[in-house]
Amino acid sequence: MVNVQSVPSPAIHADERSQEADHPSSLVALFGTDQPLSLDCGIDLAPFQIAYQTYGELNADRSNAILVCHALTGDQHVANVHPVTGKPGWWETMVGPGRPLDTESYFIICANVIGGCMGSTGPASTNPATGKLWGLDFPIITIPDMVRAQAMLLDRLGIETLFCVVGGSMGGMQALQWTAAFPKRVFSTLAIACSTRHSAQNIAFHELGRQAVMADPDWHGGRYFEQGTHPHRGLGVARMAAHITYLSDAALHRKFGRRMQDRDLPTFSFDADFQVESYLRYQGSSFVERFDANSYLYLTRAMDYFDIAADHGGVLAQAFRGIQTRFCVVSFTSDWLFPTSESRALVHALNASSARVSFAEIETDRGHDAFLLDLPEFFDISRAFLQSGAKAHGLSRNGS
Amino acid sequence: MTMQQQVLPLKVVQPDDGHYRGDHLLVAEMVERGSKVLDVGCGDGDLLLLLESRGIDGRGIELSREGVNRCVAKGLAVVQGDADTDLVNYPDDAFDYVILSQTLQATRQPRVVLENLLRIGRRAIVSFPNFGFWRMRLQLLVGGHMPRTENLPATWYDTPNIHFCTIKDFVQLCDEINVKMERAVALDLYGRPLRLSAPWWFWNMFGEQGVFLLSRAEKGR
Repeated sequence: MVNVQSVPSPAIHADERSQEADHPSSLVALFGTDQPLSLDCGIDLAPFQIAYQTYGELNADRSNAILVCHALTGDQHVANVHPVTGKPGWWETMVGPGRPLDTESYFIICANVIGGCMGSTGPASTNPATGKLWGLDFPIITIPDMVRAQAMLLDRLGIETLFCVVGGSMGGMQALQWTAAFPKRVFSTLAIACSTRHSAQNIAFHELGRQAVMADPDWHGGRYFEQGTHPHRGLGVARMAAHITYLSDAALHRKFGRRMQDRDLPTFSFDADFQVESYLRYQGSSFVERFDANSYLYLTRAMDYFDIAADHGGVLAQAFRGIQTRFCVVSFTSDWLFPTSESRALVHALNASSARVSFAEIETDRGHDAFLLDLPEFFDISRAFLQSGAKAHGLSRNGS
Repeated sequence: MTMQQQVLPLKVVQPDDGHYRGDHLLVAEMVERGSKVLDVGCGDGDLLLLLESRGIDGRGIELSREGVNRCVAKGLAVVQGDADTDLVNYPDDAFDYVILSQTLQATRQPRVVLENLLRIGRRAIVSFPNFGFWRMRLQLLVGGHMPRTENLPATWYDTPNIHFCTIKDFVQLCDEINVKMERAVALDLYGRPLRLSAPWWFWNMFGEQGVFLLSRAEKGR
């Protein structure tokens, strides 16, 4: 397997972002018109492409593969320099030599989700039928659609069974969907800070974000690329609101308190007097440089529609009946986006299915984003879960 | 006490088996190899590790978050949960054995918990500190204060143990809810089994804890 370690880090530019959608700086699997992706909305998407990265080596038995599923605004660049931002991979604390997802033992795969904007087909990609970008002509996609596309990628790579599927937040939703849809293909599942369904409050936050994007005159009904614009302000506001939900009251207070930004007194204006305002504005503006606004609409929608129980007669345990997969469910005490109660409901359903499940709640004030941060207790638990699974799966060290 | 006839002899436990607790070794000896076990109130997972080392598929529930996280960090399948409220989520006959080790006295509804153990598991193994132990009696009788021992050091106002019972009490409860006692053994202060031929009153007086292997009594008994 090709091991793409690092890519050049160009200055951020809108063209770079749109360039990545069709010609990503990563591995790409192309699926022709003979291999359509059957979407939940009833449309067969073809042709399409999946952009992905791999780390480590696939063993001779093809039994040491771990699929990492990324979150809403993540991408396949888990552990290499990001081609657009030039920043380190989003999960370098977790993936690498000697890390819990040890690239010396496991073969790590991460694919950009379908509907994304980093090289897998999505609204920012060119529609081959028209030669123009898809925009809102792109069909609505769901979490199960993302998982079906990843399964086709694994078929292409000749990997029948995943040693583990891992993900946090929207990635956790995919990991759970993977396990419910393809129980025989998943030996173990590490589902972090996620849920089997998107709550009303979370749908409400997403709607707020989408309305902010669509209210921006630069959005142009989703055809902004034809006007040479990008709804920076709308998407920035969406990101600011979402970012608040990724943190916690305690974390914000600890980090910023009521401290002023480069000033001692209020300016009596609407300038960013407070550090927390300045921080949020930065989060908003840096996000819009790397993310496509329409893609944000599609991916938030996919999360809204997610409800595993609904697909199984309203009974969650039914989705995991007789399952042999080993589960580890992790939640964080201060996560109010996917609170522990959501993980507990999943664990109860897994218990009712007599599944082998570990469930740890990590105490932290860092909110939902804790899964992306440096938390030794979380790493210890993830590492031990994978190592005990590796033993049961017959994987020795170095993945042979 | 008519239960004594049901008490079966127990294989001799090696009391010097390294770092494992005497009661854990006794419990592990009661579990058949290759079976599926739920340990309710599994603490730091020491018993589960012992069971897994013997080829037993062990799962655990633990109330304290610290305990759960230490278990999961050992690679054990343990979830955070409460014996009083979370056992209802498990289906009937999900396990071959359900173990309640030194936890019964800390539950709010011991009787309901016991009934749940034998609904979820075909068999249950229950161990608990015997409040009829002579040192307990002596402390209350002579000292006039709530007993405290090496194994139960908490004071009355901060103890999690809200439903202490004696071996005699437990045997009576099992009788009342139609539970069959397949094996019973009392351990002394050092975790060593007491003489098997001893009468119940002797166990109730000199057993520091009791360990019981239980099953559902056949209907109509």
